[in-house]
Amino acid sequence: MTDQIPAILVLAPLFGAMIIGLAGQKDHRACFPVALVSLLVTLFASIGAIFTVIESGPIDYFMGGWEKPLGIGIHLRIDSLNVILLVAIAIVAVLVAIFSIRRIGDKNAEKTPHFYSLYLLLCVGLFGITIAGDAFNLFVLVEVSSLTSYGLIAMGSSRRGTLAAFNYVLMGTVGASFYLLGVGYLYLMTGSLNMQEIHSIFVANPDIASSKAVAISFILILIGIWIKMAFFPLYGWLPNAYSYCPSSSACILAPLMTKISVYVMIRVMISVFGLGWVFASPGYSNLVVWLAVIAILAGSMLALAQREIKKMLCYLIVAEVGYMVGGAWLADEQLWGLTGSLYHILADAAMTLCLFLAAGIFAKRFNAIEIDDLEGLFKKAPWTAAGFVVGALAMIGVPPTCGFFSKFYLIRGGIEANHWEYVIALLISSLVNAVLFFRIFEIAFFGVKPSEGHGHHEEEEAELKEEHHPEIPNWTGTSSLLVASAFVILLGIFNGKVVELIRVALEDLTVVAQRF
Amino acid sequence: MRLPNMFAIIAVVITGGILLYGVSDFPSFGDPKSPANAAVPGSESVSQYFITKSYKDTKVPNLVTSVLADYRGYDTMFETVVIFAAGMAIFAILGSVGGGSQPRVQEEGPSFVDGDHSRIIVGTTCRLLVPVIQVFALYVIGHGHYSPGGGFQGGVILAASFIIIALSSDLDAALRRLSEVNYLRLACVGILIYAGFGVLCQVLESNFLDYGVLQPILLTDGPEMARSHSMLGVEIGVAFTVTAIMFAIYANLSSRGTLRDGL
Amino acid sequence: MAEFFEQTLQPHFNFWIYVILMMIGLWALIAKNNLIKKLIGMSIFQTAIILFYVSLGVKEDATIPILDPYGQAEHAAAEAEGAETEGEKKRDSYIGKKSPDPDTMANPLPHVLMLTAIVVGVATLGVALSIAQMIFKEFGSLEEDEILEIVKGGSVDD
Repeated sequence: MTDQIPAILVLAPLFGAMIIGLAGQKDHRACFPVALVSLLVTLFASIGAIFTVIESGPIDYFMGGWEKPLGIGIHLRIDSLNVILLVAIAIVAVLVAIFSIRRIGDKNAEKTPHFYSLYLLLCVGLFGITIAGDAFNLFVLVEVSSLTSYGLIAMGSSRRGTLAAFNYVLMGTVGASFYLLGVGYLYLMTGSLNMQEIHSIFVANPDIASSKAVAISFILILIGIWIKMAFFPLYGWLPNAYSYCPSSSACILAPLMTKISVYVMIRVMISVFGLGWVFASPGYSNLVVWLAVIAILAGSMLALAQREIKKMLCYLIVAEVGYMVGGAWLADEQLWGLTGSLYHILADAAMTLCLFLAAGIFAKRFNAIEIDDLEGLFKKAPWTAAGFVVGALAMIGVPPTCGFFSKFYLIRGGIEANHWEYVIALLISSLVNAVLFFRIFEIAFFGVKPSEGHGHHEEEEAELKEEHHPEIPNWTGTSSLLVASAFVILLGIFNGKVVELIRVALEDLTVVAQRF
Repeated sequence: MRLPNMFAIIAVVITGGILLYGVSDFPSFGDPKSPANAAVPGSESVSQYFITKSYKDTKVPNLVTSVLADYRGYDTMFETVVIFAAGMAIFAILGSVGGGSQPRVQEEGPSFVDGDHSRIIVGTTCRLLVPVIQVFALYVIGHGHYSPGGGFQGGVILAASFIIIALSSDLDAALRRLSEVNYLRLACVGILIYAGFGVLCQVLESNFLDYGVLQPILLTDGPEMARSHSMLGVEIGVAFTVTAIMFAIYANLSSRGTLRDGL
Repeated sequence: MAEFFEQTLQPHFNFWIYVILMMIGLWALIAKNNLIKKLIGMSIFQTAIILFYVSLGVKEDATIPILDPYGQAEHAAAEAEGAETEGEKKRDSYIGKKSPDPDTMANPLPHVLMLTAIVVGVATLGVALSIAQMIFKEFGSLEEDEILEIVKGGSVDD
């Protein structure tokens, strides 16, 4: 049974989506249980995968049973690099599904089966991307997740949301097309689409590996992935797209989509081209680290200037992507930068989930869209506030949350690689985050607005703002938020174990790369 | 308007320059010994394996179909999922839901012949053509093993037959034949057929989509013919989904989601 | 000049064509004001990539990648000569002894990959068109500068 895990991970949400499509039209209340059951099945499968990988090494799965010669069938591979990411995706998906019970929006209540169907297909795409071992298969799954995300974002009824969705469609398609073009260049030069096979062709034929076409293919693939992860300067689509879409869509897309693209970049760097080739000329890695520095600073500064909560969080995502890309390209000897980047993928997924869930609860229950609307809310919604505070502290980098440890590893990598500009940018960004979030705490907890007095008006205004939705049980959102904040803290406490797993994976994979 | 133009020209020139820089290393056009077509030293060529050995493995003469539906069947399944997701996204965006709220007028007989002489020629010709188109579509689906064709191509032609009804009379006439509840169900059934074949292989102790083990169920004389017949089965599943979603996309886009008056 | 033509351009002319097409599409995507023209640019962009892949699999003097197991071509040739053939013998000859010569058949793999890519392109175009319809319903215009004016000048969203 455990050797069929890769197929189960992808098939369970797919069957769930089809059942919702068939049965959900008649009975909207059947959608959520079906979705929850299929996501729980994938959660158990991914936890089973962790134990299998720790005991007996990577799981290789060949679709259609075509194993030899390598490359005629499609290869799925779960190794210690992506197994924790699988669990992370499953947990985030389950939590957001619980959050989204009947929160699709009162105007969109009849679109419930469509929402859940698209949601499950998005999960299929994300799982498939993580375990893909074939370059073209990765493109198809990226398109599955992109199309479903276009649908999830454009589903809302806001005016600016439709224009934002249109720009997202254009940019996303251009990104995926660049990736496809890069894979085409690789196929023309090597004759294979399987990632492992391409790597062994590079090892065996150094003249192919040093040709111009292969270098250009790497640049094309990289540009395509950078568009997908909203790396500076290609981030223009992200703030508008994620702030004007329904809360439930934002909660599933923001923590996962950009982070999975970072994982794809790292996977392509390690498994297809090899770190030796990628870091061969320090000029290029320096250039990327400088771009990352600009991304971090620009993201943090722009976040400071925002008045709406979700837009501010979106610019923080841009800064976080800068952390990860910079960390991955640090090229230090012991690969601490890469370790920090991989750990930060998990940490950032948890932190962003926390913050977006809290923002979603604030928006739905209290109609609080702008930061100033948060006046005095911490007293009215203590549990939600606690979750938000945990997420904010993780963003700033306070121990024992995971944000502290990921910054620790990234800074260590930056020091060892002598990229002082990266270290300084990280520290500045933590400072800016602190300013940002403490300003929010001040407004929300003490109810102090700069131009008005202290909280006499607090109670009247708060009464006006809270809307009662009797049919939405409030505990669903709050409980997901609390579980998410628990994960933020747990990831921090157990960071040693997680980092150990990542180091084992990097050693296994890069030993091959060092040979080349 | 000046600023986007300058930015566009710069972006285009830089991107074009990067792409053309890499072109000089490429093998020539039409070279049968290029790495894509023949082997690179150190590995076995995938495409040569397909050309020389795929008939022995699958007994399907059309090499493109055998690669599409058997060796890379997982990709094809996700291609079908992409179409389904696009249909779902369009329903979600434009707001069409199953089970139309207003009941349709049950009309008998062709709706165009009502003293409207300008539509008699178009309407009658289309009515005569539709069965021919549908038979041809089924031929393209079924004959995909022996000639260019297959599930996607046949599915689109089948959807075109419904779209012709919608164009020549009106959208209601086409929706009477394939209503919105039914087309969503048809799409889901198509993917369930595809995934069902794969899961059946898993139940029989092999990997997903390994059709060879279906031999005892399909009662063929050899795993190769089992592959050939299963390929036909999954192509039929693909055709269902493609037909349903292509028609659904047309119906929703032409009526802006309301499914009341088409073009 | 002739040297440039012969050495650089001629063996790679298909790649030059696809790059020019792609750049036309990219330019339309960025520079055009009308949303539908942007979509057409996106479509041209994707089609150029499809052309690139299909041109990868071309071999000189090669035929389509469909086998002829009933030996109809040889049957026709043999009949013209007056000899007799059997369908069975020809069909079995593909197993074991005589497999087709790879140099005479075009590479089937790029065709397979591009079937998928074309379908993905059509699906994306469908979704983008439906979003464009929603935009038209909300703003009453499909020109990007007019929409941005309405958004900036307008009051509160949703």
